[in-house]
Amino acid sequence: MTRRAVTTDGGSPSVAVLAGGLSHERDVSLRSGRRVAEALRASGCEVTVLDADAHLLPRLAQERPDVVWPVLHGAIGEDGALRDVLELLRLTYVGSRPQSCRLAWDKPIAASVVRAAGIAVPEHIALPHATFRDLGAQPVLQAAGAWAGFPLVVKPSRGGSALGVAVVDGPRDLARAVVDSFAYGDTAVVQQHVRGTEVAVSVVEVDGELLVLPAVEIVADGGSYDYTARYTAGATEFFAPARLADDVAERLAKAARGAHEALGLRHLSRIDFIVDTEGTPVFLEANAAPGMTETSLLPQGAAAAGLELDDLYRGIVASAVSA
Amino acid sequence: MSQHPPPSSPPDAPAASAAAGAAAAGSRGGNRLDRWRESYAVRTASMTASEIRALFAVANRPEVVSLAGGMPYLPALPLDAIAGIAQRLVAEKGAVALQYGSGQGEEVLREQIVEVMRQQQIQAHPDDVIVTTGSQQALDLVARVFLDPGDVVVAEAPSYVGALNVFRSYQAQIVHVAMDADGLQPQALDETLTRLRAQGERVKFLYTVPNHHNPAGVTLSLERRPQVLEVCRRHGVLVLEDDPYALLGFEGDPLPALRSMDSELVVHLGSFSKTFAPGFRVGWAVAPHAVREKLVLAAESSVLCPTAFGQFAIAEYLQTYDWLGQVKVFRELYRERRDAMLDALTTHLPQATWTHPDGGFYVWLTLPDGLDAKAMLPRAVTARVAFVPGTAFYADGSGRQSMRLSYCFPTADRIREGVRRLAGVVQDELEVLETFGSVGTPPHERQGGVDAPGPELA
Repeated sequence: MTRRAVTTDGGSPSVAVLAGGLSHERDVSLRSGRRVAEALRASGCEVTVLDADAHLLPRLAQERPDVVWPVLHGAIGEDGALRDVLELLRLTYVGSRPQSCRLAWDKPIAASVVRAAGIAVPEHIALPHATFRDLGAQPVLQAAGAWAGFPLVVKPSRGGSALGVAVVDGPRDLARAVVDSFAYGDTAVVQQHVRGTEVAVSVVEVDGELLVLPAVEIVADGGSYDYTARYTAGATEFFAPARLADDVAERLAKAARGAHEALGLRHLSRIDFIVDTEGTPVFLEANAAPGMTETSLLPQGAAAAGLELDDLYRGIVASAVSA
Repeated sequence: MSQHPPPSSPPDAPAASAAAGAAAAGSRGGNRLDRWRESYAVRTASMTASEIRALFAVANRPEVVSLAGGMPYLPALPLDAIAGIAQRLVAEKGAVALQYGSGQGEEVLREQIVEVMRQQQIQAHPDDVIVTTGSQQALDLVARVFLDPGDVVVAEAPSYVGALNVFRSYQAQIVHVAMDADGLQPQALDETLTRLRAQGERVKFLYTVPNHHNPAGVTLSLERRPQVLEVCRRHGVLVLEDDPYALLGFEGDPLPALRSMDSELVVHLGSFSKTFAPGFRVGWAVAPHAVREKLVLAAESSVLCPTAFGQFAIAEYLQTYDWLGQVKVFRELYRERRDAMLDALTTHLPQATWTHPDGGFYVWLTLPDGLDAKAMLPRAVTARVAFVPGTAFYADGSGRQSMRLSYCFPTADRIREGVRRLAGVVQDELEVLETFGSVGTPPHERQGGVDAPGPELA
């Protein structure tokens, strides 16, 4: 890829990267934001990094950036709320529109949308705290355990970076996992555990063209790609591209593109799958604001594709500007 | 490991995956994003990212009431006077103050440190003192000089997380000993040391924070001080007395330090971080002669010499400013905040129990049965209040039911608001508990381990 000017007048766009926020993933967001800012600066953009706090709107009004790039994880960044505000302000921004964010953010809803597009998803049920309270915790836990079988996965219905996610090996740990997930939100998802290869596929729109980056395969030392495995350099082994047969890799890329489009995502997303033992990609979740830290999956996918990050991010900005 | 063979040749790039072609040219092996992974020392394995650390990233935002931090309230310092000191220092003694200094620390400051310690009835000679980069470095030096992998350090339950981290980084085992409202229990210490000896363990020292304990908020009583020393003497175990809060008591004079009762058995650590300013990074150790020599050599290999500028600035401050008056200002301020916190706890959290600190920065709060402070932290962050879960202060995974609350930095009003928010979080957790009953410890945490918060929280 060669560098090119992306604004209509031939100059470099000014970009406000939004990072931080008050979510549980603030730290990841700050690191992602710095990486994106650095790459965009290297590509010649004028970049300011702003936190999502009470100073944000005055700063945006004052700076009037050509493009806003929210690199915010967790609620404010991914539930569509902040993007609603950007829409109100008629600002051009990178990433998905509020409605698509809302679909992707709620994991059970995202799964049903993606399943309707003909992509496999694991069997799952969403259980709000009220269900346990009203019907009694033990019978509901027992029924959920019996239905899903062990191991099974418990996760908050919303949230990222694997916070509050647990792989549960037996009935004795199920209640603890559900309770822990309630610390992150009011609804727990109990999901059947799919055996296979864990992969992440990033989808990017570069200069208006949709690209599916090579899948990145994740092999965590402890077997679980939890927070520590995600953010401790060296704790996880990645294979990019994933060690998949050509036809499987192709099905996976198609499924990733299908999920991205079914959810109406825009400019960039990361879609997480398990490729099961039959070679079928099973959709886990979609991320409208994927991590962009030095150990994150999207940058690895880009590297596997031979793309320079500054070119790639500049191209993503170009897609937003020309939209 | 793979269920599918790696592609033997670069696959044709389908339209949807234009990039894939270039990709396959890469390595067939995995990538750990850290090419030096195989080179690390064994001890490095304990250094990992943690969920807890991530949650603390929001703790210092103004929207959040942080009852987690251990930062002294520096707005109460005479900043103008300190600016004058720094200005004069550079203008008049810059060539010395900005130069390398002695590995043991500047003599002028060591003499003053001896004076400072008289408050605690310590009689020492400036030669016995080594100035360190905060007392944290002194902890590291003592650990480096004494600990081989597998050695045992005995510490209070709970214990200062920053010390546990140091001991852990030298691959020591940490064994906790019970404390109560009067501090470490001498009898429990005796039993533990006896048991450890019977097991053939090599116990190198007792680590103790006798005054205004971090995190427990209690003080070792005067009666118990000689008893603790007697037990250690009998077992041939050195005492590492970590004492940064000694002058921050709210009632009466400081108790005599352990070091004042036995100069050969005790390595005493002090600090200007809580009584003056942590930014200078100046602390000290007072040690028996031979130990002090080893500490100086270890310090030189680690930093050559402690900050000359910081030492001269503190020396000048101690000489020209009413520093004890300033300590009194801090004491009054922290007393008022302690009162606000205890008051608010009584009002909002009657279902919990807590310690009543008579100095220092911290209250140790124990939740109703079945609640888990660590699991509660995400909910608290959502409610815009932060604390440090009790597990951080144990090396063995216990402490789940407790948390450390600090009152040093937020104002009294903010403390009340923080406790009010915390009470809401506890209420929500109690509702979940009511639904589920007690659910035990998550499997991956039954092993224990130190979850280190960053320096602003230690």
